Amino acid sequence: MKPPKFDYVRAASVAEAVAVLDANEDSKILAGGQSFVPVLALRMAQPSVVVDINRIDGLSGLEQLADGTTRVGALVRHYQLVEQRQHPLLASGARWIGHTAIRSRGTCAGSIAHADSSAELPVLATALDATVHITGPASTRTLAVEQLFQGAMTTALEENEMITAVDFKIAERWGFAEFARRHGDFAIVLAAAAEVDGELRVVLGGVGGVPERAFAAEQEYGAGGPAAIDRAAAAAADQINPTADLHGSVEFRRDITREMVRRALTQFSTAKAS
Amino acid sequence: MRTQFTVNDAAYGLDVEPRLTLVDALREECGLTGTHVGCEHGVCGACTVIVDGQPVRSCLMLAVQADGTSVSTVEGLAAAGPDGEVLHPLQEAFVTHHGLQCGFCTPGMLMSALHLIETETDLTRDRIREEMSGNICRCTGYQTIVDAIESAAATMSSQAAVR
Ligand SMILES: Cc1cc2nc3c(=O)[nH]c(=O)nc-3n(C[C@@H](O)[C@H](O)[C@H](O)COP(=O)(O)OP(=O)(O)OC[C@H]3O[C@@H](n4cnc5c(N)ncnc54)[C@H](O)[C@@H]3O)c2cc1C
Ligand code: FES
Ligand code: FES
Repeated sequence: MKPPKFDYVRAASVAEAVAVLDANEDSKILAGGQSFVPVLALRMAQPSVVVDINRIDGLSGLEQLADGTTRVGALVRHYQLVEQRQHPLLASGARWIGHTAIRSRGTCAGSIAHADSSAELPVLATALDATVHITGPASTRTLAVEQLFQGAMTTALEENEMITAVDFKIAERWGFAEFARRHGDFAIVLAAAAEVDGELRVVLGGVGGVPERAFAAEQEYGAGGPAAIDRAAAAAADQINPTADLHGSVEFRRDITREMVRRALTQFSTAKAS
Repeated sequence: MRTQFTVNDAAYGLDVEPRLTLVDALREECGLTGTHVGCEHGVCGACTVIVDGQPVRSCLMLAVQADGTSVSTVEGLAAAGPDGEVLHPLQEAFVTHHGLQCGFCTPGMLMSALHLIETETDLTRDRIREEMSGNICRCTGYQTIVDAIESAAATMSSQAAVR
């Protein structure tokens, strides 16, 4: 199917983009278009105005802040995350996003705004205690990513707000594991383990509406002992409440979750603290 | 809305609706029907073209977004020769290795493969498989496509060495 009719504005600045969003009901941002254009083609959205942010200057940069945090501008494409060297976990995770022709256009902020729990960046953002920078017509604000994600593909963003950057803390140690039927497909289950500010965070994707922190798994791992990883993996599998769909049953998701957490924590435990 | 871009080095200026996708603009407005359209939501890869050096799904890009860019499509692969067109080494390899049957997926396969060969320094069969898994073929079973790309890469690097 073809996208519906809409008016198109190529915004030259963040201020212009949010002003247009504010002035037009049912207006939407177009970033990489890798999720939004399919939504348009399927007529799941019929916006009055589409605000193209791709030509706004100053949003394509990756910056390393003094404390090691990586600030990722809204228009940083997935391939740029793969190629950068400052944040190895972001590079490893971004490799799993779609295929080359998807990674060349899809943006970091677009993925966070789209808030699909089986997407890599929302899970990594949660594991890395990310902060999201948001601009509205009158003011700017920051939000912890866990507060941003409210439910399946639902965020705390107002309709006239735009994400301008996402700050990912550096992981002192990490592990990442994903299961998909074919490399490049959305994950059935993915798990990230990261040590951030001296604390272990284990986060699961694909098992619920939002990326889910596996607190019980973190505790079991932290308790140590020879079977710590197995206990943590079992705890994660117990914690989740997945739904069955055509990709797999509840039991299958639980089994895969156990294995993904086991792999992520095994990688985590053998990683050298950097 | 006015949009101008080049396709295979020829300039096009079009007046299009913002909702027109790049693949439909290429096919219907520019008359370049080599680029195929399959799923229209980014999954099959048939519409893959190169925009400013990067492979993109032309079904997921609006024609107005291509304003000012340089687009390469399958039509730009073959070169003019003394007896008509000379196929690109990739096209040759797809023919000799039976890398196509119905040919529907082929334009997207060729553009994805071209970008892969031009950017990858360590081109293994696994790497080719991983990369080409973004393009769906319902006919070949992929084996012969991987063979063709492997062989074309060897031809292209020996040609580059001669030059
Ligand atoms: C075949 C295929 C496979 C894919 N596989 C994966 C995968 O394995 N993993 C994965 O994570 N993703 C995958 N994706 C989707 C991913 O590539 C997209 O990048 C991502 O979901 C959206 O980013 P985008 O920049 O394309 O945003 P768009 O599609 O342009 O926008 C998505 C949504 O976010 C909003 N938005 C965008 N930018 C902003 C902003 N700065 N502020 C506020 N709102 C904004 C838009 O209004 C829209 O609602 C796949 C896509 C395709 C087509
Ligand atoms: S038609 Fe564009 S990917 Fe299928
Ligand atoms: S040759 Fe028929 S779809 Fe690939």
